[in-house]
Amino acid sequence: MAIPVFEPWNDPQAKPLIQFRNVTKRFGDFTAIDDLTIDIYEREFFALLGPSGCGKTTMMRMLAGFENPTEGKIFLAGQDIAPVPPNKRAVNMMFQSYALFPHLSVWENIAFGLKREGMPRNEINTRVEEMLRLTRLEKFARRKPHQISGGQRQRVALARSLAKAPKLLLLDEPLGALDRKLREETQFELMDIQEKTGTTFVIVTHDQEEAMTVASRVAVMDNGRVMQVATPADIYEAPNSVYVADFIGDVNLIEGPVTAIGDGTYALNWREGAAPLTAKSQNTFSDGQTAHLAIRPEKVTISAEKPEGVANAVQGKVLDIAYLGNLSTYHVELPTGDIIKAQTANTRRISRRAFTWEDTVWLSWTATGGVLLVD
Amino acid sequence: MKRLSAFNVVSLTLGFAFLYIPMLILILFSFNEGKLVTVWAGFSTKWYGELMQNDAMLQAAWVTIKVAVFSSTIATVLGTMAAYVLVRGGRFMGRTLFSGMIYAPLVMPEVITGLSLLLLFIGIGLDRGVLTIVLAHTTFSMCYVSVVVSSRLATFDHSLEEAALDLGCSPAEAFRLVTLPIIAPAVVSGWLLAFTLSLDDLVIASFNTGPAATTLPIKIFSAVRLGVSPEINALSTIMIGIVTVGVISASLISKQALVKQRREEQEAVRSA
Repeated sequence: MAIPVFEPWNDPQAKPLIQFRNVTKRFGDFTAIDDLTIDIYEREFFALLGPSGCGKTTMMRMLAGFENPTEGKIFLAGQDIAPVPPNKRAVNMMFQSYALFPHLSVWENIAFGLKREGMPRNEINTRVEEMLRLTRLEKFARRKPHQISGGQRQRVALARSLAKAPKLLLLDEPLGALDRKLREETQFELMDIQEKTGTTFVIVTHDQEEAMTVASRVAVMDNGRVMQVATPADIYEAPNSVYVADFIGDVNLIEGPVTAIGDGTYALNWREGAAPLTAKSQNTFSDGQTAHLAIRPEKVTISAEKPEGVANAVQGKVLDIAYLGNLSTYHVELPTGDIIKAQTANTRRISRRAFTWEDTVWLSWTATGGVLLVD
Repeated sequence: MKRLSAFNVVSLTLGFAFLYIPMLILILFSFNEGKLVTVWAGFSTKWYGELMQNDAMLQAAWVTIKVAVFSSTIATVLGTMAAYVLVRGGRFMGRTLFSGMIYAPLVMPEVITGLSLLLLFIGIGLDRGVLTIVLAHTTFSMCYVSVVVSSRLATFDHSLEEAALDLGCSPAEAFRLVTLPIIAPAVVSGWLLAFTLSLDDLVIASFNTGPAATTLPIKIFSAVRLGVSPEINALSTIMIGIVTVGVISASLISKQALVKQRREEQEAVRSA
């Protein structure tokens, strides 16, 4: 039985929950968001990923209502939200600092938004209990925020922002303050809660692993512009620009003029005198146009003998080995002085490692292993 | 405990002697049997009894307390509002000018403040009395409140207010339900500061007082001009006592709250 794939962005009938239409936001001379158009669909877990200062937090604050666009419009469920103040929006936010009210108990923090709504007392009780159960905080209901640990505070903040059952939940670096182990656990908890509640989540993060783990789609941002919006797999495997390829994960970038050799395949003349590299590409290039071949280190095979029947093979010398426990990354220097990284899983113990420093090795990859990107 | 070196002992003694000998002498002579304030004639509490019979003095004390309560309350409201706008208002036009202007009265000579207020009250034809003193005290103590409150607001996490808005509060509700409870200790200490300032102000009060409104400092000052009586010593001792008890209990309360919070935070970390 095939599970229906959740891909509303590929469905022309689907109505987006959030639409950014040519949104620009300036603070004085500084342009935080530059002519941004983007659609986010219901029940998505959408990640805004980028280095600090790329405008991702500004986007989120515009959704929450703390900032208004300088130009352009934002629609929530088809309605322009510019005139709606933050307290009237069906949007809740989980703050980076958690922003728990220190003078109120965990229970009162979660009930805060419900009381503002004028919900009857017994319904508030039921809802708060439900939220406490969802975030496994039943035991801490009577505590004050300073009487619980960081991970618990994070869950209180989540429970509080989910209590009003918003159409859209905004999460601003929600796991930034947690240590690595707890963060990984919490990522899965977040996904679980998102699925259970069916709420649309928009998360801001600078941690690419986090974005890749939790999100249905990722928007990679730089300098107020969205560079690419795609599923985590597409972002990683089919980046649309050198910036995205370089920002996400590790990558080898090889630059040079290309010539078409038919069937969507190109020859990349990357160095004078060296044999050209071949790569298949979805993008079309004119002859002589400069392209970048982006290939992930784990797609590069390292071997002692020259492999047969492989599209690309180059010889080099092991310059450095980065041992990560489960993986090793070999930095191989080619005769041209270029360095190419190849990654292998350490399926055998380190004492049985096949290659060591100064070894001469062959690196090879297929024509479809990497992507060709325009300059 | 560490022992202090001889040098440190001497400096400590000198410093504290300088600060407290005048007050100790005042307290000592309030228990003097004789009428002369400089000659010891045995222990007695009779001057405290006399003080309780002195209607003029008690009347002045009552006026002072009334003035202090009203002026410090108004000053707290106004000062908190001013602090809120200056800290939270963002960079509006003229912000630097306003914040400079709100702190200027701190360094303004009291004589000038008092005189300018007097001229104002004469100008608008307001009869001088309790009301004018309340207004004058509000004017000069408001800036102290605003300094205390704005320093608290500056360290206050702005996202708490945003969270309140996000959860459905109007800006006024956010202030009442979140900001105010959190900055309450600063507001209370601002009020106490304004209260004490009003309690012991002589200069501004004497400029703006009328025949029916004599505050305690004015009363004491005019009484001393006719000769110091041990009754004044007794009164001053009572005032010192009240202030001391207030200050010590306030600091004990805040210290206890801090210790409790530390302990609970440690427990939270351990139980995590």
